Amino acid sequence: MKSAMTDRPDWRILQKVIVPVAGVLIGMIVGSLVVINKDRSLLMVLGRLFYNAAGTWSNLISSLVYTIPLGFTGLAIAFSYSAGIFNIGAEGQLQLGALMTAVVATSTAFSSSFIQVPVALIAGAVVGALWALIPGLLKAYKGFNEIVVTMLMNYIAILLVNYFLEGPMKAPHSFYPQTRPFVKTSWLQDLVPNSDLHYGFFLLIALFFIVWIVLFKTPLGFKIRAVGFNPEGARYAGIKVKRIMVLSMVVSGALAGLGGSVEVMGVYRRVAEGFSPGYGFDAIAVALLANLNPIGVFFSAFFFGALRNAASGLQVDLGVPISFIHIVQALAILFVIASRGLPRQFQNIKRRLRYGR
Amino acid sequence: MAALLEIRDLTKRFAQVLANDRISLTVGKGEIRALLGENGAGKSTLMSCLYGIYPMDAGEILIEGIKAHIGNCDDAIRHGIGMVNQHFMLINKLTVLENVILGLKEPRGPWVDYKGSGRRIKELSDRYSFCIDPLSRIEDLPVGLQQRVEILKILYRQSNIMIFDEPTAVLTPNEVLEFFEILRKFRDEGRTILFITHKLNEVMTICDSVTVLRDGQVVGNVMVRETSEPELARMMVGREVFLKPAEPSRDIRDIVLKVENLRVKGSIGVEAVRGISFELRSGEILGIAGVDGNGQLELGNALTGLAEASGGSIEVLGSSATNKQPAELYKLGLSHIPPDRQKTGLIMDYSVQDNLAIKEIGRFPYSRHGVISRKRIRVHAQTLIRTFSIRGCAPETRAKQLSGGNQQKVILAREFEQKPKLIIAVQPTRGLDISATEFVREELIKQRDAGAAVLLISTELDEVLALSDRIEVMYEGTFTGSIRGHTADPLEIGLQMAGRKKAGVCEESVGAAK
Repeated sequence: MKSAMTDRPDWRILQKVIVPVAGVLIGMIVGSLVVINKDRSLLMVLGRLFYNAAGTWSNLISSLVYTIPLGFTGLAIAFSYSAGIFNIGAEGQLQLGALMTAVVATSTAFSSSFIQVPVALIAGAVVGALWALIPGLLKAYKGFNEIVVTMLMNYIAILLVNYFLEGPMKAPHSFYPQTRPFVKTSWLQDLVPNSDLHYGFFLLIALFFIVWIVLFKTPLGFKIRAVGFNPEGARYAGIKVKRIMVLSMVVSGALAGLGGSVEVMGVYRRVAEGFSPGYGFDAIAVALLANLNPIGVFFSAFFFGALRNAASGLQVDLGVPISFIHIVQALAILFVIASRGLPRQFQNIKRRLRYGR
Repeated sequence: MAALLEIRDLTKRFAQVLANDRISLTVGKGEIRALLGENGAGKSTLMSCLYGIYPMDAGEILIEGIKAHIGNCDDAIRHGIGMVNQHFMLINKLTVLENVILGLKEPRGPWVDYKGSGRRIKELSDRYSFCIDPLSRIEDLPVGLQQRVEILKILYRQSNIMIFDEPTAVLTPNEVLEFFEILRKFRDEGRTILFITHKLNEVMTICDSVTVLRDGQVVGNVMVRETSEPELARMMVGREVFLKPAEPSRDIRDIVLKVENLRVKGSIGVEAVRGISFELRSGEILGIAGVDGNGQLELGNALTGLAEASGGSIEVLGSSATNKQPAELYKLGLSHIPPDRQKTGLIMDYSVQDNLAIKEIGRFPYSRHGVISRKRIRVHAQTLIRTFSIRGCAPETRAKQLSGGNQQKVILAREFEQKPKLIIAVQPTRGLDISATEFVREELIKQRDAGAAVLLISTELDEVLALSDRIEVMYEGTFTGSIRGHTADPLEIGLQMAGRKKAGVCEESVGAAK
């Protein structure tokens, strides 16, 4: 009895790792079948895919660069989902966060990066949090569906950002809708010289740990997860459910906003229209692939980042259009979701074999 | 009696659990056979196999001596088997007539013969004095009549073998008596009835013979006239049980709960509790009886902070408790056993230890400097698991892996650990078997004797009668009258539960519906 109880969790953790990895691999293989022809064998496509994603030091670094914004936004979605709330609005929160960061980062009032960098980051986080506060309050106190509200607020946010980039915050004499370049003291410096990988990567890693500790080691996280599993039971157990819902939304928004800040401070060092190719939307898929588990988000963010990075190389090498990666992404998600049912199927088969006809 | 139905060595396995282990039984024509057993003994599984809901793994079913293959419900119906489920399978928006003929093929032509079917249903209804108009909608009928519609369904399909799964659970005592009358009529016509229950008194009243199941096996087949309630209980549980009434309270003291003119809105905005006032004292159990859906649930929710009171006031130990959050009420010394342990009482995905600590998780000793101490939570859980003998679990076991009885014990352990001054217990034994019921009742009495004030809201009249020092009957959101406990007359309470309307007269039972 005792051993059976202790054995089980080990197997479960293993399952948690093996099942999604297998799903992703199958997704990649099946996705690649779409683009093979007499000039491109399956192995060749897969080979180039892996090579461009992580085959060389510089390819790996590029993949990590893409991982950063996906990691922040994916974490944002996974966090709010721990409380049972689906924040689809990460894109809007990210873009507004970046815009607010630009206000701080283009200012020459700061003399030291020790002040300007944190202030710029906090500015992004705060705006993201405030933007998420609105759907949070509507959800908790008025019963609005948070999915609809956050999704609609995305469009408001994106259009707001575009308005500011074309109007009040547009760089003087610039042809493109973009802000002035950030002052040097507001940059997140490069982690690896001559690459786009910047110190925001460390911030991301730190946040993964912090989120994990908050969710699983503190009373607050305990309550958040309780609300996510069973809001009625949580309320009955004396947890202030509405407050937790709003709070988790605010934290989620802050994470997404921070993602925007980090991206513009570390990569572009200005905000230009369309600087985000929809990281906040991809983040939904990132979080889904990770089964909305904060730890899993890191890996799935890397997977998505690496695919995105590999896609451009693949287009150059083999002439495969970039949209190919969308097929792979979609299939990976499908297979991962489908494979979650596999262990039970195996058990069924095992049982049928044992008890026979 | 000829053997109409014979089950031989029926075996059914769910994953690791052997739900039915080589069960054999023989039932004669015109016999009412009780299938008695605790939850999880395999009664419902057995009947589901017979009715073709689950395929059986091994064994055979013989009807009138001929082997019958029952692969799905259609097969069962063709063999004259009908089943009335505990949870009615009716479509509320449709009429009685439509519900009865649903799923049947029309014998002639492409058109539905509403008139002919309606006539046949009316005939059946009249023959057994069901008082049902085939054209009334299900949602307009009280629960007792809805059950008769279910019975009409199987009569219409000409069932000779009728399976009733815990049919009395939803009925008032008087409705139960009427239901038994109907069963007797069926028996006299030579129909065979399989009656699933865990209530001993019902077996003694209505059944001819009993098959007792325990842990998926047949423990014994006995004739009712040759047995007694204690013997059946012993067979069913495997040991002596004492579900005897509580001693009256010896020490009733100060007012703990004071409710004045309380009003609560129900889920659809209609007032469910319509101005209730009462007092509850320390060391006393106040039982609230009533048929499900008369506002008891809303009353319980308002008292425990889960629903808003739209009027009136609640006082706990002198301080106002109207529309307070559950956390604040908990601090006042209120414990709550909710009616739905899976949805409300527990976080099913959390471990037992986390569920035991959830109410105090932010405080020492469970957390310190903002970090949870798993070790102290674990030790605390181990102690409670031992004192409340919660079986089959380690502190890390998830709540959803426990049986219903043990889940309830987890709730009791958490709620009673802090020596509550006021306990609101809503349906505390719903769905529990005898042993677990016994445990819960004893704990409630223990708490009462330790000076807690207990409000017991239950639709099980037996339970209210057995435990309460005082009884209020709730009907359509108000109390219909206070009754002294321990000496109360069940039939009098039954009448009050039905709103003091005399049962069994067509006009009134239909009138109640409108």
